Amino acid sequence: MNHECLAELVGVTKRFGNVVALEGFDLQVRPGEMLAVLGPNGAGKSTAISLLLGLRQPDAGSARLFGLPPLQVEARRRIGVMMQEVALAAELRVREHIELIGSYYPEPLATDEVLTRTNLTPLADRPYGKLSAGQKRLAQFASALCGRPSLLFLDEPTVGLDVQARTTMWATLRQLVRDGCSIVLTTHYLEEAEALADRVVVLAKGRTVASGTIGEMRALVSRKHVTCSTSLAPDLVAGWPGVQSVSRDRGRLEITTSDSDAVVKRLVNADSGLEGLEVRSAGLAEAFTELTQEVAS
Amino acid sequence: MNATSLPMQNSIAAISEMSSAKLWRSYVLEVKYECLRALRAPAFSIPFLSLPIALYILFGVFLAGSMSHGNATLAKIMFVNWSVFGVMGPGMFGFGMFVASEREQGLTTLKRALPMPAGANLLAKMVMAVLFAAIVMMTLIVAALALGHPGLTLVQYGGISLVAIAGSLPFCAIGLFLGTHASAKSAPAFANLAYLPFMHLGGLFYPLPKSVQPLEFISPAFYLDKLCLRLVGVPNLDRLAGVVGPSAYGGPALCLAVLAGVTILFAALAIRRLARIG
Repeated sequence: MNHECLAELVGVTKRFGNVVALEGFDLQVRPGEMLAVLGPNGAGKSTAISLLLGLRQPDAGSARLFGLPPLQVEARRRIGVMMQEVALAAELRVREHIELIGSYYPEPLATDEVLTRTNLTPLADRPYGKLSAGQKRLAQFASALCGRPSLLFLDEPTVGLDVQARTTMWATLRQLVRDGCSIVLTTHYLEEAEALADRVVVLAKGRTVASGTIGEMRALVSRKHVTCSTSLAPDLVAGWPGVQSVSRDRGRLEITTSDSDAVVKRLVNADSGLEGLEVRSAGLAEAFTELTQEVAS
Repeated sequence: MNATSLPMQNSIAAISEMSSAKLWRSYVLEVKYECLRALRAPAFSIPFLSLPIALYILFGVFLAGSMSHGNATLAKIMFVNWSVFGVMGPGMFGFGMFVASEREQGLTTLKRALPMPAGANLLAKMVMAVLFAAIVMMTLIVAALALGHPGLTLVQYGGISLVAIAGSLPFCAIGLFLGTHASAKSAPAFANLAYLPFMHLGGLFYPLPKSVQPLEFISPAFYLDKLCLRLVGVPNLDRLAGVVGPSAYGGPALCLAVLAGVTILFAALAIRRLARIG
């Protein structure tokens, strides 16, 4: 066990029949970080999280939560969990769910405090079954927070939330991290990972294909996007060295290139009427796509 | 949401301990909310709280009373048999429906991931089923006293209530077993597939012919009924009707052993499955 880690998978292999979900997989969650675990469907993200939560046992390797086996309740008393495909009891009210789940922890937050922090006070006495999909996600988020966790597992936390609720949840998550809480985030919204995560782990076919900061992930993809308004023909630009693709969209030329400096110089020289020049690095989404496609091919 | 500071625990080494008072409170809240949840579910609470008393008054008091011209022994048997009927449902359907739906909706998995005290969820469901059984017994006793029907003593009412309420545990175990195997949609159907034969083969409503009596031994209701009838000192419907067959065999020790065995067997199988697959 690495004592700098709150949660750790070491050399974990997990099979379901003939399907290898994880093979020799390592994962570490450090204090005070927001770690995004990304990967296409079937990559092994859910299996990895379920091993950390003690919901499954590895066939080989080990899982540790706060240095303890995840099945040990003392370890789980320091985590909060928000799962994606969970429905709380429809007959119980939001306040009752928070009070009940809070009672599992040694030092829970006061129920009213949790309701206030998650903007759920107006819905406190409404049965869970009568909430909208977004309100249900907020109630689950509140239940995950109520135990004052040191480590929070969030699976697709913003699915079903409107833009305002998503923005405020992001702000709350950032604040939690600033306060020293670690968060493991699994999400299909790459912009969410890009906006929130300190570190990203990309899985494909049960293995880690890349890990690092968002910047390091982007750097793995060397190409850049150059867009501009120009009278130059796309076919002409497509023949330049380093240009990978060119398209015209609403009067603007979009160029993908591995050598943006050379392309920009040549554009400026070739067209004196060039306007609205923008150069953009590849985003996390492109890095993700490229990394996972490499493994798939 | 307000993005303000939350006071977080920071020390990795400080693994949390729960005081026994907090642990106790957690169990109490689990029981409280399980009972509230069941009471607020009309599809569960209305039939299992109202049907036993309604059917007892209709069939046990008026119909059986008029057909037997006020036979006192039959009146006592009717009270016992409808008591057994009343305590079967909450256990079988309470566990069957709620456990199956919690599994399907991921709530069982979530609670396994959370630091819920060991066994709190199942304990809460058991207490809920026992509480429902107790409410059913109270309503039946109130109805019986109000109608002056079976002529039992208060001690006999108390004895029947205790045995019948404790006798709801095998049905809880069977319901739990069904709930851990069936989907939320199919659980009520499977519970009915067990509940209806148990009722009818338990000899609760009519005497069974000799040829069918061996089937009574597969119904836990038969053994619970025998135990309760013994407290009152009356025979079962088979014997009252003069159909003395295989169902005449088996004393209280056998009845207790079978009911305990059913409880342990089905609870163990269900808990094993819950531990394996959730």
